[in-house]
Amino acid sequence: MEQDWIWGFVGGLMIGTGGALYLLVNGRIMGASGILGALVDGTGLRTMGERLAFLAGVILMPIPLYPLYREVDTHITGNWLVIIAAGLLVGFGTRLANGCTSGHGVCGISRLSLRGIAATVFYILAGGVTIALFRHMLGVI
Amino acid sequence: MRALFAFLAGALFGAGLFISGMTDTTKVQGWLDVFGDWDPTLAFVMGGALIPMAIAWQLTRGRRPVLGGDFPRPADQKLGRNLVLGSVLFGAGWGLAGLCPGPALASLSYGGSGHWLFLIAMIAGMVAAAPFRSRLNTT
Repeated sequence: MEQDWIWGFVGGLMIGTGGALYLLVNGRIMGASGILGALVDGTGLRTMGERLAFLAGVILMPIPLYPLYREVDTHITGNWLVIIAAGLLVGFGTRLANGCTSGHGVCGISRLSLRGIAATVFYILAGGVTIALFRHMLGVI
Repeated sequence: MRALFAFLAGALFGAGLFISGMTDTTKVQGWLDVFGDWDPTLAFVMGGALIPMAIAWQLTRGRRPVLGGDFPRPADQKLGRNLVLGSVLFGAGWGLAGLCPGPALASLSYGGSGHWLFLIAMIAGMVAAAPFRSRLNTT
C-alpha cells in the first residue's frame, strides 16, 4: 500500500522517541536484545524491575492499538523448523554481537557508532543473502 | 520511577513497532528481498527512529540522566569478531522468519503460537550465547 511509508515513518518516530526517553530519563540504551538477554542470562538481574517494566510496555502497548491498524496479521511462516532455527540464530547472534536492530541500529547509528553501523550493514547483508538463498533458490520461505 | 519511565519507553517502542508495520514479517522480509517484491518501509521506520534518537544523544552532552546515574560511555569503536559473526548469524535468522527481538516481543499478544515458539527459541539462543559473552563489555 502506498501509505505504508507514512505509517512506517510515524511508527519510527515513536520508536525513536521511546529510545530518547529511555536514554535521557533512565540513562540507558534501548536495545531489545540486551534488555531481554541480560534478564535471561542473569547478568541484568540487578536492574530487573526496569527491564521487566520495559518489556511489559513493549508487549502490552499494541493491544489497545489493534483497531487503528488495517490488519493484525504478522504473516509468520507456518514452518516450525524455520521458526526454531530463526529464533536460535536471532537470540545467539544478537547476544554475541551485543545488539540488534534497536540497540546497534537505532541507538548506535544515531550516535555514529562504528560498531552500530558495521553491525547493521552485516545483519542486513546476511538477511538479504538468506532471503535470496532460501526464498529464490531453495523456495523454503 | 525508573520502572514507570521504562514502561513508557517500552510502550512507545511497542506502539511504534506495531504502527510502522514492523511486526508484519512480510514487510521485513520484503525489505531484505531485493530480488523480489522489494518493500522500502523499513528504511522509513529507521529514518524516523533516528531523528529523535540523534537529538537525544546531543542532549546528553554535559548532562546527567534525569533519574540519576551516568549516561552510557562513548561508543566503543572497535569491531571484533564477535560483532561481525554475531550480526551475520542474527541477520540470517532475521531473514528466515522476518522477526528481530523488538517486533518478536511486540507481536506476542496477537501473533499466535508461532511467535511464542520463536520467543522460546530466541531465549534459548540467548542462553547459549552467554558463555561467549563473558569477555564482552556490556553496554
